[in-house]
Amino acid sequence: MSDTTVTVALVGNPNSGKTALFNGLTGSRQKVANYAGVTVERKAGAIKAPDGTPMTVLDLPGTYSLRARSPDEVITRDVVLGRRPEDVPDVLVVVADATNLRLVLRLALEIKAVGLPAVMALNMYDIAERQGLRIDLEGLSKAIGMPVVTTVATRRRGLDELLVAVQGVLASKTALASTWHEPDAGEIRQAHREAGRILSAHVRPPERPDTLTGKVDSVLLHPVAGLLILLGLLFIMFQAVFSWAAPGMDAIEMALGALGGAVAGIMPDGLLQSLVVDGLISGVGSVLVFLPQILVLFLFILLLEDFGYMARAAFLMDRIMGGAGLHGRAFIPLLSSFACAIPGVMSARVIDSRRDRLTTIMVAPLMTCSARIPVYTLIIAAFIPRETLWGWVELQGLVMFGLYAAGIISALVVSFVIRKVFWRGAFEPFMMELPAYKMPDPGSVALNLWQRARIFLERAGRIILPLMVVVWALSTFPGPPPGATGAAIDYSLAGMIGRALEPIFAPIGFNWQMVVALVPGMAAREVAVAALGTVYAVADAESAVGTLAGVLSVQWSLATGLAFLAWYVFAPQCVATLGVVKRETNSWKWMWVMVVYMFALAYLAAFVVYRLAVAFGLG
Amino acid sequence: MTEIIRLSQARRGQGGQIQSVEALEDNPVDRMELERRLLEFGLVEGARLSVIHEGPIGRDPVVVDVEGMRIALRRHEVRGLILRLEGADAAE
Repeated sequence: MSDTTVTVALVGNPNSGKTALFNGLTGSRQKVANYAGVTVERKAGAIKAPDGTPMTVLDLPGTYSLRARSPDEVITRDVVLGRRPEDVPDVLVVVADATNLRLVLRLALEIKAVGLPAVMALNMYDIAERQGLRIDLEGLSKAIGMPVVTTVATRRRGLDELLVAVQGVLASKTALASTWHEPDAGEIRQAHREAGRILSAHVRPPERPDTLTGKVDSVLLHPVAGLLILLGLLFIMFQAVFSWAAPGMDAIEMALGALGGAVAGIMPDGLLQSLVVDGLISGVGSVLVFLPQILVLFLFILLLEDFGYMARAAFLMDRIMGGAGLHGRAFIPLLSSFACAIPGVMSARVIDSRRDRLTTIMVAPLMTCSARIPVYTLIIAAFIPRETLWGWVELQGLVMFGLYAAGIISALVVSFVIRKVFWRGAFEPFMMELPAYKMPDPGSVALNLWQRARIFLERAGRIILPLMVVVWALSTFPGPPPGATGAAIDYSLAGMIGRALEPIFAPIGFNWQMVVALVPGMAAREVAVAALGTVYAVADAESAVGTLAGVLSVQWSLATGLAFLAWYVFAPQCVATLGVVKRETNSWKWMWVMVVYMFALAYLAAFVVYRLAVAFGLG
Repeated sequence: MTEIIRLSQARRGQGGQIQSVEALEDNPVDRMELERRLLEFGLVEGARLSVIHEGPIGRDPVVVDVEGMRIALRRHEVRGLILRLEGADAAE
């Protein structure tokens, strides 16, 4: 930051409309990145004050206290205290929900001790007025020792006044040395008494308090109806993820296919063409194709979040997830993982405690992501007869359902083992504010959706590109000798690895062709379908599933088919996920823990399934 | 009639004034942390609180209204929060 630019940091409780204020101030001129060394998002925007002064606005993670507990809150504390050299604020803006002042007043008292010039933005002031809440602005300002400006961030009201006040305190006040220290229980009690005094002196309770939230909650949090509604919402969400996204996915596949074809037409045949078409375009495509599903999923999550429902879902699910040693908040990441584990692992950031977060990340890839569907569909088509049980249950659908259930149950069992065996008694209280319900603001939902999509593409792209090149090289080099009769992949490094590993996989019923297909299949699960097509020399296997299924049903025994399904429930056959796990945990160790435990489970499951099936005469 | 109970035992509809806040975790670090977190959420002596929702399984967690704010809490984490019951609406 140059010295002439004023750095303004927004601090406030969660749900205070802080991000709405940030969006109102910066519009689309915001940059989202990560703080170095941690996976906390840094949101910054360059703006100009009404008089033209350049300013940088920072949206710091919401907190109730500077006594940081989660990585997010550590960032808030460190920036506020000037401990992060990249972001040293000149002015702090305490963002307060005008209808809910008690806790933010205590935070404001803590902020005052930091010594920086500060302004309070009384946000959602329109709602406060509608409720007939009377706030003596001048008295409040005197009591907390900072100017108070009223704002309605969603309608961009009061924003210029806020910036003028920021410049005002910057001109009139100099930063004092910080006297902040971590408050003990006694000091927190005392600060609350002080905040209570300020509140009763300057704020008159609302004449028409919000009764809508209570009414909605009596339905949405009802012990029976609430759970049914949650299940219903999940059902709709799943339907939407799979049906709404289908046209987009088809379009992306077609466009990439056309692009690959066009490039193949322009470039001369050879290694470079193969690298671009088979390596880069199809590799990036295998991730890009999930973008429509991820957008639909995030649209739901953002809407529910902004509406205020997500905290309620965590409340309803806490006990159920808690039985498996998971935190109620793990619900959202695990839900996302049904589309793709990458956004699931990334959204585990909502969990404060490191252990709860790691547990969630570790089990997220066990949820049946949509990349498994092509594999499941292929094997089911090849081995499970089209039969109807009891007159109404499709056997094929039942197997698919069983595979989903196997994923969920194993995720719960694994997290149970992690929390009850390895991290016994690790402490993470469940304490969450349930915000008042609000209509989501379409503009901010759209902005957030765009940011999520970009982050997904950047992360996945940065990780998957180099890895796709590696996988491509393994399946391409060395080329087949002149006059070779088998598929080219047989002669490549992947083929050699496959044959070398074959003895290891023989006990679980895999033949060498399958093992060879698993090597490029490390890139992404659905790549295994194309790879099987390659080794069995079925051209264009992905669009000719029927042909490939026919070949497999002849080549494999039923036991082998079932073992392959069991393998895919567990195996971490997705380098992009592993890369994201490495980034999000900031450690190779946890990535390797995941690789080892998931392969071990996959082998074990496939072994048990194969041996049982053989014992029952299906070998 | 005033009755004094732990918040962990309170049922939906019951409410009153917080008489004392303490965390009852075994580990001293956890104990100090939990107490400060409860306090930071506005669960301080003298605040008015009522249980407004109970979770679907084992009536846990609960949602309490503390001076107009709704907070979800696990019952066993508020064993040390003592409540002086008030009002005729104390259910059961």
